Amino acid sequence: MEGGAQDRRVDIVRALRDAGVTALIAFGLFLPLIGLQTVTDIRNDLILTTRWPLLFAITAIVGAGRLAYSFGFEPWLNRRALRPVPVAPSAWRSFVAKWFVPFAIGFVIAYPVIVIALNGFSGSVKWIDNFGIQILIYVMLGWGLNIVVGLAGLLDLGYVAFYAVGAYSYALLAKTFGFSFWILLPMAGTLASFWGILLGFPVLRLRGDYLAIVTLAFGEIIRIVIINWVDLTNGYAGISGIPRPTFFGIPFNANEDGFAAVFGLEFSPLYRVIFLYYLILALALLTAFVTVRLRRLPVGRAWEALREDEIACRSLGINTTNTKLTAFAMGAMFAGFAGSFFAARQGFISPESFTFLESATILSIVVLGGMGSQIGVAIAAIVMIGGTEIMRELDFLKQIFGPTFDPTQYRMLLFGLAMVLIMIWRPRGLIATRAPSVFLKERKSISVDLVKEGHG
Amino acid sequence: MEVFLQQLINGITLGSIYGLIAIGYTMVFGIIGMVNFAHGDVFMVSAFIALIAFLILTSWLGLTSIALALFIVLIVAMLFTSLVNWVIERLAYRPLRGSFRLAPLISAIGMSIFLSNFVQVAQGPRNKSTPPMVQGEFVIFTQNNYAVTLSFKQLIIWGVTAMLLACFWYLVAKTRLGRAQRACEQDQKMAALVGVDVDRTISMTFVIAAALAAVAGTMYLMYYGVVSFSDGFVPGVKAFTAAVLGGIGSLPGAVIGGLLIGLIETMWSAYFSIDYKDVAAFSVLAITLIFLPQGLFGRPDVEKV
Repeated sequence: MEGGAQDRRVDIVRALRDAGVTALIAFGLFLPLIGLQTVTDIRNDLILTTRWPLLFAITAIVGAGRLAYSFGFEPWLNRRALRPVPVAPSAWRSFVAKWFVPFAIGFVIAYPVIVIALNGFSGSVKWIDNFGIQILIYVMLGWGLNIVVGLAGLLDLGYVAFYAVGAYSYALLAKTFGFSFWILLPMAGTLASFWGILLGFPVLRLRGDYLAIVTLAFGEIIRIVIINWVDLTNGYAGISGIPRPTFFGIPFNANEDGFAAVFGLEFSPLYRVIFLYYLILALALLTAFVTVRLRRLPVGRAWEALREDEIACRSLGINTTNTKLTAFAMGAMFAGFAGSFFAARQGFISPESFTFLESATILSIVVLGGMGSQIGVAIAAIVMIGGTEIMRELDFLKQIFGPTFDPTQYRMLLFGLAMVLIMIWRPRGLIATRAPSVFLKERKSISVDLVKEGHG
Repeated sequence: MEVFLQQLINGITLGSIYGLIAIGYTMVFGIIGMVNFAHGDVFMVSAFIALIAFLILTSWLGLTSIALALFIVLIVAMLFTSLVNWVIERLAYRPLRGSFRLAPLISAIGMSIFLSNFVQVAQGPRNKSTPPMVQGEFVIFTQNNYAVTLSFKQLIIWGVTAMLLACFWYLVAKTRLGRAQRACEQDQKMAALVGVDVDRTISMTFVIAAALAAVAGTMYLMYYGVVSFSDGFVPGVKAFTAAVLGGIGSLPGAVIGGLLIGLIETMWSAYFSIDYKDVAAFSVLAITLIFLPQGLFGRPDVEKV
């Protein structure tokens, strides 16, 4: 016991010293960028203002945080490291694993009803539109990219290009030729997958980070072309007045032939939102379903084999060119679907919606979710997109930090921070197990740490 | 001819800036095999630090000698940016070392988003422009009423870049730290066995990379006189292109790649279309990676089974 007390004392000294050093580093770190602020004064000159209280507050918070880490978190981590790893998953875990998917699908189908029951008719638009539809678009994009990154192991940082191709295909064809959404949805997908093959072809030899950077370059090239080809795309100004999808030919408007009038309901913008919600839900589930089925086809197995070891694949006679191209094409097709849905939902598109940040968001959703795991991707999309959307709702923070405090400007800041933290916490993503697509007697999931992977 | 010469001068200036950033990419990639996506944003942060230091010196302390001010700004920016990058490496990359290959890349992308938004929140979203720091130019010659000029700030950029590259070369080629770096690049485990502190060497690599990015940031601020929170991404990608073109992992390659990218960009803007100048740089990246993946000076990446 004597020794233990000794350790404890040494611990305190060390913790205090660490906290002091950390606070000092934080002070140095934030001195120029938080302690001082550049503002433009009335004469349009740059001047400096100081924010010493804020600087000292942040320094103190960082120091205190380090102290709390030494006293609370670190011992807990050490204790956890000593705990034996359970061999079989607990009963509760397998129960959750078994019933999670049916429950989740049931929940998303019932979601609009639940929201309307809780918030009433008028308050629900925001929750279904900003949360439901927004998250589902990213779930769908995540699942689409999951085919390329998660299954085939091809790191794609320019995925948003195909999303843009889908959106612009729908917008331009619908505005120019007046085709309906239902004709253009498959067309947008086809065009996007065509672009997937076109861009996929030159980069077949590349792997890993190099592939990521080249796809990033392609994504940016497509965006720059969209910006500068003003005759076709109207450049930065974007395309507005894109026709909305109709319910089997019945538009969602307040006219006599509108949805509400035809079904004898009172007009409300909510019907369109609910329709769009189920539309994107159906598209997302289609993506998931196709992926699940594809994994059992030869091509799906070839993708996963390619992800694990390309050389072995080639020696076993798998045509890696075709395998990679189909992955690119499939992924791009779903991005095209999502893009045309996006254009139809917004009614307005501009290059601003297709920046690199979107690609990074989608890729991070796939990796944070655990590459290849569809449930993981869905959870990551809910956490990351729902999390940033909920920042818009935190008005009570204004009462704490004063009326000038605007939580929305911290959205992307926290988004980036969350990416870093989740990676440190779980480098393999949230769902880091791998379920085999082919098995002998029983399906056994294994931890991803046990597979080699990641040279694709 | 005279347009070409002028563009050559502009291109070399721009290329020096890219080259300085590219060294950061190539060094980090060489030593831990990761594309440090946040490096472009570290460059942007350094430009902000330089801006703030410059304002302190001129408006608070009333320093009138621009040369002295620039010198101090350079040192301050290098110090603080090094600290920033050191902390980033400690917090965001070191815990992921030896982990799943994509994890550091995602962490770096997250860091890049964090940095640019942090600067946006802390310093405001508007472009920050300073009055011109250095004015004046040499007229080299005049032909057909077109004067080919070399401005003093371009000359400063050339001079500072050349001087720092010389220091940097000395550091990598002749000092103990440089030897340790090269050893870690070849084989980290073996380097650790013969007594190289690998963690410290990697930290120092990030510090040096940041210091060079800070030089680039200061030069960028002095040259263009304007900086905004979103200015990190495109120069970052172009500098990465430069590193790839020169052969990633090769230090002289990064500098030459930077100069080439700078020249390609200015020539493209002058003779073709300025709207598509980024397309030129990105196409160079794609073409290099497809046809010459090892770059101009890189070692070919031999795949072992």
